[in-house]
Amino acid sequence: MITLAHLLVLSGILFALAVAGVFINRKNIILLLMCVELLLLAANFNFIAFARYLGDIGGQVFVFFVLTVAAAESAIGLAILVVLFRERRTINVEDLDTLKG
Amino acid sequence: MAEPTLTWAGVAPATPEIYLVMALCAVLLVEAFAGEKRRGLADTLTLVVLLVGALVSAVYGHVSERTTLFHGLYVADELGYVLKLAGFLIVAVTLVYSRAYLEQRDILRGEYGVLCLTALLGIFVLVSANNLITVYIGVELLALSVYALIAFDRESGVAAEAAMKYFVLSAIASGALLYGMSIIYGMTGSLDLDVIAARVGAGHASLGVIFGLVFIVVAVAFKLGAVPFHMWLPDVYHGAPTSVTLFISTVPQLAYFSLTFRLLAHGLAGVTAEWTQMLAPLAVLTLIVGNFVAIAQSNLKRMLAYSTIANVGFILLGFIAGTPAGYSAALYYTLVYVLVALGSFGVILLASRRGFEADSLDDYKGLYARDPLLAIVMLALMFSTAGVPPFIGFWAKLRIIQELWVTHHNALVIIAAAASVVGAFYYLRIVKLMYFDAPVTNAPKPAGHFGARVALGLNAAAVLGLGLVPGPLLDLCARILH
Repeated sequence: MITLAHLLVLSGILFALAVAGVFINRKNIILLLMCVELLLLAANFNFIAFARYLGDIGGQVFVFFVLTVAAAESAIGLAILVVLFRERRTINVEDLDTLKG
Repeated sequence: MAEPTLTWAGVAPATPEIYLVMALCAVLLVEAFAGEKRRGLADTLTLVVLLVGALVSAVYGHVSERTTLFHGLYVADELGYVLKLAGFLIVAVTLVYSRAYLEQRDILRGEYGVLCLTALLGIFVLVSANNLITVYIGVELLALSVYALIAFDRESGVAAEAAMKYFVLSAIASGALLYGMSIIYGMTGSLDLDVIAARVGAGHASLGVIFGLVFIVVAVAFKLGAVPFHMWLPDVYHGAPTSVTLFISTVPQLAYFSLTFRLLAHGLAGVTAEWTQMLAPLAVLTLIVGNFVAIAQSNLKRMLAYSTIANVGFILLGFIAGTPAGYSAALYYTLVYVLVALGSFGVILLASRRGFEADSLDDYKGLYARDPLLAIVMLALMFSTAGVPPFIGFWAKLRIIQELWVTHHNALVIIAAAASVVGAFYYLRIVKLMYFDAPVTNAPKPAGHFGARVALGLNAAAVLGLGLVPGPLLDLCARILH
């Protein structure tokens, strides 16, 4: 039997994985974008679990909004990535170090 | 609360948003069909749209008492009314300042104005949000527009780097905000902030609510730029084109004030004791790091970024007071900060030329001899942020410290006062550079558009005038948050 606690733990693990992925990964910006997506999906998982548990439709509606925003967000993220690659010829996270101080 | 049919009277308080959506579609169409032939047409049109918008919302958007619309998703109150009027006017001023800068760098395209308008729409949605969904939509609409604005100059590698850093870090903050919201939703069973406020009763907050609260506090601190979540702020202010730095340092602050107010002070009012405890160490760190690191900067944009961080510390202190009077002090401080930031980045914009960014401190040596107007305006603004009496910044700091004193946060009063003294050093250093040092660069004489210089003069006059007669604005802030 899968209870609310199982779902919350899973979403917590996903959230932690995503945050760790953003901070540990020093190589590739595309991986960063994937981690950002995972982050939003972890929160979505929570909303759906609670919506089911509470019998309330609000949480599921919220998920649709989040999915739409996430799509727009990755579109803009990839656009910035393209501009960055044209200027720098690299997508290595460690090379993003001209701004300091 | 239920509105069976959609009537004009039922949606009238949302006039500013409805007008703004239609207007920005119109500007986008004009740019698409006439933008290539007539450069700057869309920019002028955006300015007209903003001024008409201020007029329209002043006339139709006013509500005498707090009303909720669209099944409680949207709230119209006096706070929203004032912040939206201020939003229209401030964006108009940023466009006036930016025009020459954009022209000289060949990035005066209609999309710039459109992106400013969509960001403004996000701010309006956030200012009027009364539901977690509306809050999230507002935050994201603002953030997505700002990402695009930062990367607007496609020839600039630094701007793209700044945009990428802001994108990734801001997305983590959005993730934290969402995660916190989902926990709060699960614990209270509602997305409506009024219902959440009623269910998170004072005194018996569950551990779950506190757990969600932590994530929300982190997200709010990140958006405001509080230490230790401030890493993005100096890089973005430094890397973005100066006109965009001007934009992101001013209007979004109004939105982040209302984010903090609507989410923490209204929705989670039941756990005020808990979130003020979480914010207090952040505010102290913010004041210390912001002021001390600013001293070490040699780039003016970066220095002003750390000055922003220091000012955010003061805004947080107003919230930490935890009373309506404290929130109104924070609102007053926010408005004052926006007015001063508008002028400071305006000076940098007007001092720059094609191929000369005027963002190094050395570029300001002997500015008084080259351009007295810019130097006098900068003098007024720097004295104001340092908190010297006749200027408006003094009253803002005084109000915050007063409210902390009334609520017995004596240690914070001392830290705030000491931080102001440290801050005075680097603000006054700029005055010294402008008036007493000989110029080291053969910087071209600033010329700038006539309109922008008049606006800058008025901006500085407002900083002085509202400081001499502080009553009306102080009363307004106290009234709309009571």
